[in-house]
Amino acid sequence: MMPVVLWTDALVFLLLAAAVGAGFQVRRRAYLLASWRRVGESRAGMAALLVLLAFAAIGLLDSLHYRPRLADANGRPANGYSTEVRSALDALLRPLRNAAEKTYSAPLATHLYARETVEQPDGTQVRLFPRLKHGGAHLRDADAEWGGDVTWRVLRGLLIAVLAGLTFAFAAVHVAARRWGVRRAQAWRNIRRGETRLAWNAALLTAGLLLLVAGPAVSLAGGYHVLGTDKVGQDVLYLTLKSIRTGLVIGTLTTLAMLPFALALGIAAGYLGGWVDDVIQYIYTTLNSIPGVLLIAAAVLMVQVAIDTRPDWFATAAQRADARLLALCLILGVTSWTGLCRLLRAETLKLRELEYVQAAQAFGAPAARIMGRHILPNVMHIVLIAVVMDFSGLVLAEAVLSYIGIGVDPSTISFGTMINTARLELAREPVVWWSLVAAFTFMFVLVLAANLFADAVRDAFDPRLAGRRNAAAVRERP
Amino acid sequence: MRALSCPVPLLALAILLGGCGEVWNNPYPSQDGGGNILYSAFTERPKHLDPVQSYSEDEAEFNSQIYEPPLQYHYLKRPYELAPLTAEAVPRPRYEDAAEREVAADSPKAAFSVYEIRIRPGILYQPHPAFARDGEGRPRYQDISREELQGVHSLREFPHSGTRELTAEDYVYQIKRLAHPRLHSPVFGLMSEYIVGLKEFAGRLKQADAAQAAAGGHSAWLDLTQFPLDGAQAIDRYTYRIRIKGRYPQFAYWLAMNFFAPVPIEVDRFFAQPGMIEKNLTLDWYPVGTGPYMLTENNPNARMVLERNPNYRGEPYPAEGEPADAGAGLLADAGKRMPFVDKVVYSREREGIPYWNKFLQGYYDSSGISSDSFDQAVRLSVEGEAGVSPEMARKGIRLETSIGTATRYFAFNWLDPLVGGSQPDAAARERAKKLRQAISIALDWEEFISIFANGRGISAQGPIPPGIFGFKAGEAGINPVVYDWSNGAPRRKSIEVARRLLAEAGYPDGRDAASGLPLLLYLDTTDRGPGDKPRLDWYRKQFAKLSIQLEIRGTDYNRFQEKVRKGAAQMFAWGWNADYPDPENFLFLFHGPQSRARTQGENAANYANPEYDRLFHQVKHMENGPARQALIDRMMGILHEDAPWSFGFHPKDYGLLHGWVSNLKPNNMARNGLKYRRIDAALRERRRAEWNRPVLWPLGIVAVLLVASAAPAVWGWRQREQSRGCG
Amino acid sequence: MLAYVIRRLLHAIPILVGVNLLTFTLFFVVNTPDDMARMQLGVKRVTPEAIEKWKAERGYDKPLLFNGNAEGAARLTRTIFFEKSAKLFVFDFGRADDGRDIGHEIRTRMGPSLAIALPTFLLGLFVTVSFALLLAFFRATYLDFWGVVLCVAMMSISSLFYIIGGQYLVSKVWHLVPISGYAGGLDAARFLLLPVLISVVAGIGSSTRWYRTIFLEEIGKDYVRTARAKGLAEAAVLFRHVLRNAMIPILTGVVVVIPLLFMGSLLVESFFGIPGLGSYTIDAINAQDFAVVRAMVFIGSVLYIVGLLLTDLSYTLVDPRVRLQ
Repeated sequence: MMPVVLWTDALVFLLLAAAVGAGFQVRRRAYLLASWRRVGESRAGMAALLVLLAFAAIGLLDSLHYRPRLADANGRPANGYSTEVRSALDALLRPLRNAAEKTYSAPLATHLYARETVEQPDGTQVRLFPRLKHGGAHLRDADAEWGGDVTWRVLRGLLIAVLAGLTFAFAAVHVAARRWGVRRAQAWRNIRRGETRLAWNAALLTAGLLLLVAGPAVSLAGGYHVLGTDKVGQDVLYLTLKSIRTGLVIGTLTTLAMLPFALALGIAAGYLGGWVDDVIQYIYTTLNSIPGVLLIAAAVLMVQVAIDTRPDWFATAAQRADARLLALCLILGVTSWTGLCRLLRAETLKLRELEYVQAAQAFGAPAARIMGRHILPNVMHIVLIAVVMDFSGLVLAEAVLSYIGIGVDPSTISFGTMINTARLELAREPVVWWSLVAAFTFMFVLVLAANLFADAVRDAFDPRLAGRRNAAAVRERP
Repeated sequence: MRALSCPVPLLALAILLGGCGEVWNNPYPSQDGGGNILYSAFTERPKHLDPVQSYSEDEAEFNSQIYEPPLQYHYLKRPYELAPLTAEAVPRPRYEDAAEREVAADSPKAAFSVYEIRIRPGILYQPHPAFARDGEGRPRYQDISREELQGVHSLREFPHSGTRELTAEDYVYQIKRLAHPRLHSPVFGLMSEYIVGLKEFAGRLKQADAAQAAAGGHSAWLDLTQFPLDGAQAIDRYTYRIRIKGRYPQFAYWLAMNFFAPVPIEVDRFFAQPGMIEKNLTLDWYPVGTGPYMLTENNPNARMVLERNPNYRGEPYPAEGEPADAGAGLLADAGKRMPFVDKVVYSREREGIPYWNKFLQGYYDSSGISSDSFDQAVRLSVEGEAGVSPEMARKGIRLETSIGTATRYFAFNWLDPLVGGSQPDAAARERAKKLRQAISIALDWEEFISIFANGRGISAQGPIPPGIFGFKAGEAGINPVVYDWSNGAPRRKSIEVARRLLAEAGYPDGRDAASGLPLLLYLDTTDRGPGDKPRLDWYRKQFAKLSIQLEIRGTDYNRFQEKVRKGAAQMFAWGWNADYPDPENFLFLFHGPQSRARTQGENAANYANPEYDRLFHQVKHMENGPARQALIDRMMGILHEDAPWSFGFHPKDYGLLHGWVSNLKPNNMARNGLKYRRIDAALRERRRAEWNRPVLWPLGIVAVLLVASAAPAVWGWRQREQSRGCG
Repeated sequence: MLAYVIRRLLHAIPILVGVNLLTFTLFFVVNTPDDMARMQLGVKRVTPEAIEKWKAERGYDKPLLFNGNAEGAARLTRTIFFEKSAKLFVFDFGRADDGRDIGHEIRTRMGPSLAIALPTFLLGLFVTVSFALLLAFFRATYLDFWGVVLCVAMMSISSLFYIIGGQYLVSKVWHLVPISGYAGGLDAARFLLLPVLISVVAGIGSSTRWYRTIFLEEIGKDYVRTARAKGLAEAAVLFRHVLRNAMIPILTGVVVVIPLLFMGSLLVESFFGIPGLGSYTIDAINAQDFAVVRAMVFIGSVLYIVGLLLTDLSYTLVDPRVRLQ
């Protein structure tokens, strides 16, 4: 296989590296560590963090891309790679990916959702719901065996989940007991009652819940389509899991893309003042005054034209779709950096008057150095809060934009594209509800976790900033 | 507080809906209930309603009810057949030689065809202010000033109107308008090849227009009657003559299109007055005709309304049709005066889903209007080939299908070095041919029809759809390269055959035999909306069967056309809707000299085969008959072998209709079907009431929930106030 | 005060010029005049001559920004940019690519847009402020906790789901209101009910949380404690003191959106088939009708600037200490 590093992959891993680096920084600075501890003390924050980590793990797996080597054909060695770009997640979910049916089938169904004319062995034709090729294919008499098989699989999944959960809990208690220097029973009691500094009980509980959902799901997925199939028979669970990466990429890379602008311009405007301030204010008022959707539409169309007219820039469809995803991130970043920029400017205005900055000025330190060494570190908490708080809004925005048709490439699996097709399915008779429910559930859990985590971070780092973002949210109501 | 805020709307809802009778969700004004009104919808506002410019189906939906060209298609008969509309009879061409002497029809000397059309006397135009006259008989609105137009935003604001009899001169005037320098008619290019003198006429008009503009009258009226046109002349009040270069038997079909509808000179002059165009008062927006309906409300944001033309002459309902038509009740109204419906309300419905849901609730009378999103709406419902689902059958909804006159295809660009057929090297051409044949077999259109068209279509054996002369049913008509005949039906050849062909083409298992590199092909489509993903996945799946790597490049329609025009697309999926029901209109899609990339013609695949082109020239002007069929069969053989297209499928025309609609037979050629339609308004009223009983328990639950959530709040409030009072 | 308003309006001019230049460049890169012509001329049998003719008729045959063939000032004025953009400043929007008068269109579509946006705004404000006051009243109790949880849950649901779900249940399954459409006059209420309710519900989560924080911040201040010490009932404290003093932060968020209500809402209008400015914008984007989009961008920017100005003015109304100069 040939590894493929898409642009967004590179940035995602850059972000990961930055996060790890920042982690080491935090360990060395007591005041930062204290703030993060406060995040950990929040039960909702811990639970949300765990859920987010689970999503992030899926997203990261889905960011390891490669082009599979073509299989050897009839003894001739193949020296080529497929144009299809796959990810580690695809490889992991191969059974789901390959188990395509003809068209719709309900969750856990054994038969197709639409009737078909089928020719009987005696030549007559009947219209019936045909058996699925993969879902429940291991059952000989689907109607009779289905209930028992599903129950058995769920129980098996639950059992494995419980075992795994207990093992995990035991390990956690063991480690905790070691570190705290108490007996295991005591450690367990502390955790259970929440008498620990960090909210370990919430974390364990969330992990348990995740396992209890994942266990049966994995167990069932072996033989069925847990969330049904879509119009061309693709497994909806697979599609939902693939959507996660798109959401995460939009949510994180957008802020990453806008950070340099917002930081440089915000601090410069606040610190330098004068005409620099005027120009920067002019730029962001101008950008702000253009209705966001129109600006995004124009920019996305422009990028699309550029991509369309130069097909030779990209070796594969995945790379083309990725370019559009990245472009969307950049565009969203351009339209959303103004809020942060304004906050940073205001904070810098305040910091500029502080003694140590004045002192540095008195020593004749160059402006760039003061901004970089003295102001930047002291506004980082605002940046952090903005990053986590923007995340959920961006995930939601992606869905809306894709819905309008100015979001991600249609070949990219995302929550927005899923909702769009799901809406058509809702109008069917009989109604096809599972895609919508699946997209809704996953998106809700992701955004809820992000919101709760953002709250915890904000409370821990700067309670005064509460609600600032929501001022913007009011403006962007549907 | 929380409890307080929501009952207000609930209360308002109850009061508001109390007045609407038993259904709450009627989207139409309640006073319209029970009226003899047909309800339909449009997705996009029509761009042009001027019959010279309009060429799209959604515009024809309106225009064809209003304008009356001399001919029409018979509503019931199949195959499609021309019938007179305002003409006395379907004209037969007379042939003349170069010296304008009449010759026999089969004479090789025939240089001109002459059509003489006699229209019926006594046909009146709809009421229109342009015809209004004052007490002295002078046109009332001939020289209105800009000031008088101030505040006028629609035609309805002119208090007076009048009418006039239809004359042959009106038809001639419209033909002249095809060449108008300020209008762009999509058929001008084609017609100037045929109508004698039209090209020179356009040149003269252009000069005159430029002279006028130089004199300051930039958008002033250009009086076309001042310029004679050889090819179109009125002989007397009711007769006009069109002269065509050479033979063009298909021209009669053009006479059934709105390009040849009458436009009264008064109206053209009326709209050319200064200030009109700024107010959007143009013929492009306010059609004027002699047809059964007239456009009385034109609000493209919300609704368009057609109302019965009070001056309409009352054409009788046809008395003959296909054998099955009598049984289907389609002949019950034979001989009665049309139209039957008083008013047609078209609501703007941007998307298929609300349209579909309203159809199910009884607020639209039929579905299946041939636009993409409505297409989608119909696909949401109907299951398989058998008809409507049991639930819908219970509601009395029925499905009408009819043979279409369109074809969807998957083209290989003939200029492409890999899949095309114009390589200099014969061996390479042979390899490419095998490749095209292999792909043709692999593309399983039967599956496509069943997934994406709900079985409403038949897989194509060639470009000509059934119902058009030249189509051959049964074993003799199959494409032997792709299909086998077994058990009385064509069966697609197995994928093994395709793989073998692929190997012979030099790509065993999808690898280039020489280099071992995988074969990579590119498909251009206009599918790029969020809802198009399933179709893209389907294409990929088909090529994967041959282990061919497929790259899909989705672009918007503009750029797609641009690519095809430049011949830069390797493979692309497209469709063709017939202009008229003649095989020439399909066969010309492969005519070498009409290549899209070379001459901007309609041969989008840029296919070229000298033998085919030679046969095409013969077939073009022949009368239908065994001789023509034999030549067409030879041409089909060439196409099957060369496989410039993977012949996709011929979509069926279909309409879903409610029990109260009658006299509807899908007809892909005739767009003027509204006049035949009949509805049973009382039945509709009953059904609507039955299907739309409001479900009230959710309102109760919401109320209970609000009270329940308010209770702890009130309780807590009391507690607090008390505790403060005590403490 | 008047001088301040005038100065602010003058400041707006360079911003509007910037907005125009930006949108102009963006859209012309996307959409060459050739594309526009092809889009408008339809599908079948479009010849290059027809495209040239269309462009010449609409003035798209000139150079974009600089006309080398002209003399003097005409070098800048005889360009597409000048001819198409300069007129915007006197609110002359010209005609859309399909020939319709944009100004007339905007005037007629404003009504339906406002008919949705205004009730949504007022009802939404009322509901969320009330709810937030209630939560502030019960601060640090279970009621408050679950209220906030509810808010967070509600704001974690995409607005698409509110609309899709609401439309499906209320219109399709329960037959309570028409599925989509619009009518003038009193009839409009039937069509507006559901979109307004859905927009209000979709906005409750985030707004309530925001107002609650503002109120809590205010409650923590000294004067509130004094008021309470005077023996005022808690309700009186909340309404008379906290609500009034929380006005400034509320106004910053709220007043700026009032002018933008004219723009309509893209999603709701397109889902419910309401012929307002929001659906006009979406149509224009889909049809790549540059003239309309440019006009809408311009109006949006003007309204935004007006909103900022109104915000400043409203401060002087609620807080007499604020002076503008």
